[in-house]
Amino acid sequence: MGTRADDSGRTPTATAAGGGGPSLSATSAARGAATGSGRGRINHMPGAGTARADAINAGRHEMLTDTLRKQIKSLAERGVKRPRIGADAVCEALLAQGVDVFFGFPGGVLLPLYDVLGDYPELRHILVRHEQGAAHAADGYARASGKVGVCLATSGPGATNLVTGIGNAMLDSVPMVAITGNVVSSLLGKDAFQEIDITGITLPCTKHNYLVNDPNDIPRVFAEAFHIARTGRPGPVHIDVTKDALMGACSAEHPETLYLPGFKPKFDGHFRQIKLAAGEIARAERPVILAGHGVLISNATAELRELAEKAQIPVAHTLLGVSAMDETHPLSLGFVGMHGWKHVNRVIQSCDLLIALGMRFDDRVTGHVPTFAPYARIIHVDIDPAEIGKNVAVEVPIVGDVKRVLAALLPQIEPVSPEARAAYLGQIAEWKAESERMPWHGSGAWRDGQLSADFVVSQIGAASGHDATIVADVGQNQMWTARYAGFRRPNSHISSGGLGTMGFGLPAAMGAAVGRPDKETWAIVGDGGLQMTAQELMTLVQDNIPVKIALLDNRKLGMIRQWQELVYAGNYHSSSLLGPDWLKLAEAYGVAGFRATTPEEVDGAIAAARAIDGPALVHFVIAEEQNVFPMMPAGKGLSDLLEEQFEEPKQ
Amino acid sequence: MSPAGNPGHAPDQASHAAPDHAPHPAPTHAAHHAPAHTAPPPRALPGRGEAHRHVLVAIVLNRPGVLNRVASLMRARNFNIDTLAVSHTDQPDVSRMTITLHGDDVLVEQAAKQLYRLIDVLKVQDVTSDPTVEHEIALIKVRADERNRGEVLTLAEMYKARVVDLAAESLIVEATGTEAEVDALIALLRGFGIKELVRSGTVVMSRGAGSIEEAVKR
Repeated sequence: MGTRADDSGRTPTATAAGGGGPSLSATSAARGAATGSGRGRINHMPGAGTARADAINAGRHEMLTDTLRKQIKSLAERGVKRPRIGADAVCEALLAQGVDVFFGFPGGVLLPLYDVLGDYPELRHILVRHEQGAAHAADGYARASGKVGVCLATSGPGATNLVTGIGNAMLDSVPMVAITGNVVSSLLGKDAFQEIDITGITLPCTKHNYLVNDPNDIPRVFAEAFHIARTGRPGPVHIDVTKDALMGACSAEHPETLYLPGFKPKFDGHFRQIKLAAGEIARAERPVILAGHGVLISNATAELRELAEKAQIPVAHTLLGVSAMDETHPLSLGFVGMHGWKHVNRVIQSCDLLIALGMRFDDRVTGHVPTFAPYARIIHVDIDPAEIGKNVAVEVPIVGDVKRVLAALLPQIEPVSPEARAAYLGQIAEWKAESERMPWHGSGAWRDGQLSADFVVSQIGAASGHDATIVADVGQNQMWTARYAGFRRPNSHISSGGLGTMGFGLPAAMGAAVGRPDKETWAIVGDGGLQMTAQELMTLVQDNIPVKIALLDNRKLGMIRQWQELVYAGNYHSSSLLGPDWLKLAEAYGVAGFRATTPEEVDGAIAAARAIDGPALVHFVIAEEQNVFPMMPAGKGLSDLLEEQFEEPKQ
Repeated sequence: MSPAGNPGHAPDQASHAAPDHAPHPAPTHAAHHAPAHTAPPPRALPGRGEAHRHVLVAIVLNRPGVLNRVASLMRARNFNIDTLAVSHTDQPDVSRMTITLHGDDVLVEQAAKQLYRLIDVLKVQDVTSDPTVEHEIALIKVRADERNRGEVLTLAEMYKARVVDLAAESLIVEATGTEAEVDALIALLRGFGIKELVRSGTVVMSRGAGSIEEAVKR
């Protein structure tokens, strides 16, 4: 098949003793020493069960119920003797919205804001190393916690650096408020230093955006922005504030009510459509639910499970729907699509009713639309009317919040006994057993004893008790994570689905760890993606954010290499890449580093990383040419999967 | 996988030929959506129907950038606008846009739904099949001297157009009417030589007592 283009200059089997920080001399050989001592020593900051964690939970609750906090401590109550300026209004507005932490990077036009931040000690500012990291961290924070993530950047390059993260949040419907500074309003449009038309740039990749040049507009704009970001289909809202608006005197109060006549999301599904859906479900013989991100966003996991159990309907997931249902549940199938499980794609292609909940028929899910789910009638529930009929024509559209629609639908569902579906579910179980057996390298080795990535991922899931928040980067690592980590807790899986942003993993895990300090957090990243945002290792150290990084290092842009092997006849241009000595890099940042190069070393390295009080990196030297199978080639349908040429082990 | 007694259910496409992919596992159930021995028809792709002209009215908040938002969305979503006319309404904070575009019904409905996603958009209505008054205005600078001026004036009169400027070598015709009527006049005047042409784009209003704007009035 492929050429072994290892131009890294390093032998993949090298296990030189790495060592982390000054007091750490951990290697994969330290397996015995590190195991067992881990659990009690993990100290997430702020710790689970502490007053701070409780305050975060209380804030989350308030945000979810969409009530503005009425009591905002004034400057006088804070004992600060100076006039209130726009920057104060920004801080008050953030507090009023329940923000406890945000990610930012200062700059010239933001200095008025940073000048007053010290007067608001309740606001934790995390200084990132690149603004893209701030946006991804806000994104990861929002997905892990359910709250609105907030990031902050200065004008010009700071603002443009945010854009990738804003676009990522837009395509994955993540509630985020991105704040940028801009030059004083008298210089707007004059090509001033660090001036760029950032509202023009973010317009197509935000749910809404604002340019604020009057300090008295700040309270209203921030209240609207948070409401828009988290209400209905969530999304990023960008606020561009000029320097004079931050500096000018502000007398405006924070509004009690909002006037947004053009923003009326519809939450309750139409009763007639729900009745139609109940009829379809009653008539179907081979129904399947396809659960998307919307199930998690609307917190409808309990309703999903109830529907599945009541009518004995198996549940497939989209990539972002992974973790919407405990994967050990007998009706949970796994994820669908281009790199989804074969048995799931077979179920979709043979079902007679597809119940699509909070998903948008992405091309990675449907493949070639004319051959998608050819025997199925489709019920499509989504809160965004524009998603109905956008990519796939459906029989029963229901516009509404998944949780409310399911709540209204459930009483109309006739219970179905497992026996009535025995033939159908039995067939699926057979397919499932077959597809899980095929590409699964449970021994830990892919070929010739080389470390298999799917094994590493599954061991991380098991070691963390399937309760950790696991954040993937993009590429092969993302698919292995979604397939093999074994998700049981809602929102424990975080992935860049729509935009597919390499470099997302580390900063998003940083945000997720801050958003759910009570949960262990792993970033599973490739060597390509980590080299895009590795500078945030320093942020982890400076703010003691206890992210564990599993680096799946195949010295390749693995998904690129896979496509080149399978689609471009082995023309491996630019898919081999050098990486640094990762243990030395970790050491240079002050991050504890560990390495595993064989299946036997994996558990020890994971345990050693978990035992560290703070961030840690595990360098897994995996096979270079392992592919993710099955794979649906671009332009093909879900029935046209490429599969691994699997050699039976010789007896 | 497919049970032996049930071979006819395998879809008929070449790419589906492998028996492994045969969908119907349970022959005991009546496959009521998929009759035996026929492949299912391909799933329809939205927006690939017959394209014809649609007229949309959008009521929007009169805020800076709203025209940019609408235009940017139409460009980003790959909808081709034929004409776009924007103006104030009787409410100071509300503007009205008339958009004409070509596409099938599903595509235009999708455009309207995408417009609704904009926070500044209050209402969108497809008035294509409603009884409406539809007009646009065109100013046409036509080459005309004393020899053929009379002909131009006659044509203009037949189309109820007015001459609003007169010079030795040219005149300006102001025409109002539906897009088709203006098109027809322009075609006739082209023979004389059109020096300059500007059209306002269609504006439209529903006949009868109903009002799109009243629906959004506070």
